[in-house]
Amino acid sequence: MSLLAFFKWLADTPWSVGLHESQYAYPIVESVHVWGLCLFFGLTVMFDLRLLGWTLRREPVSEVARRLLPWTIAGLVVMVLSGGLLFFAIPLRSYQSIFFRAKVVMLLLAGLNVWIFHSRVYRRVAAWDLDAAPPRAARVAGALSLVLWVGIIASGRMIAYNWFDCDRQPQSAIINFLTSCVPAESEY
Amino acid sequence: MSLLAFFEWCEQSGIGVAIRDSVWLFPVIEAFHLVGLGVAGGAVLLVDLRLLGVGLGRQSVAELSEDAEPWLLGALAVQFASGIPLFLSEATKCYYSFAFWVKMTSLVLVILFTFTVRRRVTRMDLASTRPLLGRFTGLISLGLWSGVGWGGRWIGFSS
Repeated sequence: MSLLAFFKWLADTPWSVGLHESQYAYPIVESVHVWGLCLFFGLTVMFDLRLLGWTLRREPVSEVARRLLPWTIAGLVVMVLSGGLLFFAIPLRSYQSIFFRAKVVMLLLAGLNVWIFHSRVYRRVAAWDLDAAPPRAARVAGALSLVLWVGIIASGRMIAYNWFDCDRQPQSAIINFLTSCVPAESEY
Repeated sequence: MSLLAFFEWCEQSGIGVAIRDSVWLFPVIEAFHLVGLGVAGGAVLLVDLRLLGVGLGRQSVAELSEDAEPWLLGALAVQFASGIPLFLSEATKCYYSFAFWVKMTSLVLVILFTFTVRRRVTRMDLASTRPLLGRFTGLISLGLWSGVGWGGRWIGFSS
């Protein structure tokens, strides 16, 4: 079964249709997603700014990580759960949305950035913990994280708009390629 | 001039019309508004979690809020710069939106609270001797900001 067929099937399940069409459940999940954004993205920004040496300069980097990371992870859990529900409510359209795809790519890159940061420069944090401006590798990780998360938020917000949707033809060939859209076969 | 007439006048303003006539402007401004919300949220949480006794603990509250304040003010500037054009483009809808008024009421209250009570509590480090005062300050701040955020998101759901 292809992903397209799977999401087509998922979109027709009663729970997916119910969530999509609900008067309150869907907006509530959306609001939780925005609330989680403040917690997760807000604290991520503060940590990234510390890595760049732009705030909390008197606070050891490991202390900021240790105290804020549990909240950041809690925020991430809220984001993944509410985001998963939002996808589940509109699976086929999201799967074929160019903005959703851009968001997923940037999420993977942001995850990779976290992994590289923690497995490399952060391992030696004891050596630069108190530096007001951390080493270059840490600053780069912080800057990359900021750029990627801003991109993720912007593309996430754009998923709501249907400019490039498969059921809105004609689209240029490149758009239809990037959204795996075969106009004649698409069903909504 | 009645309030409704004022809102209708806002909607007919050049900026409002330009945003309505554009396919991209509203969504792009919205994205900035969302990023600004996140940064403001982070700057607020940094201090409020500390006041609640569950965040950073080494520095004094005064030092921490000194670090966070430029980011809060910067984010608020982004929020006004992006939020006002968004409002201008759909002012009449806002007038009839319950969520809009929840948001504006919370916003006025939280700004008053932040720059009077909360600023006094943080700058004078009152929470170090009166932790309960700190906790209440943090809770009220977070509660009011939540009202701003939720109200704001729900403006988009009312038609």
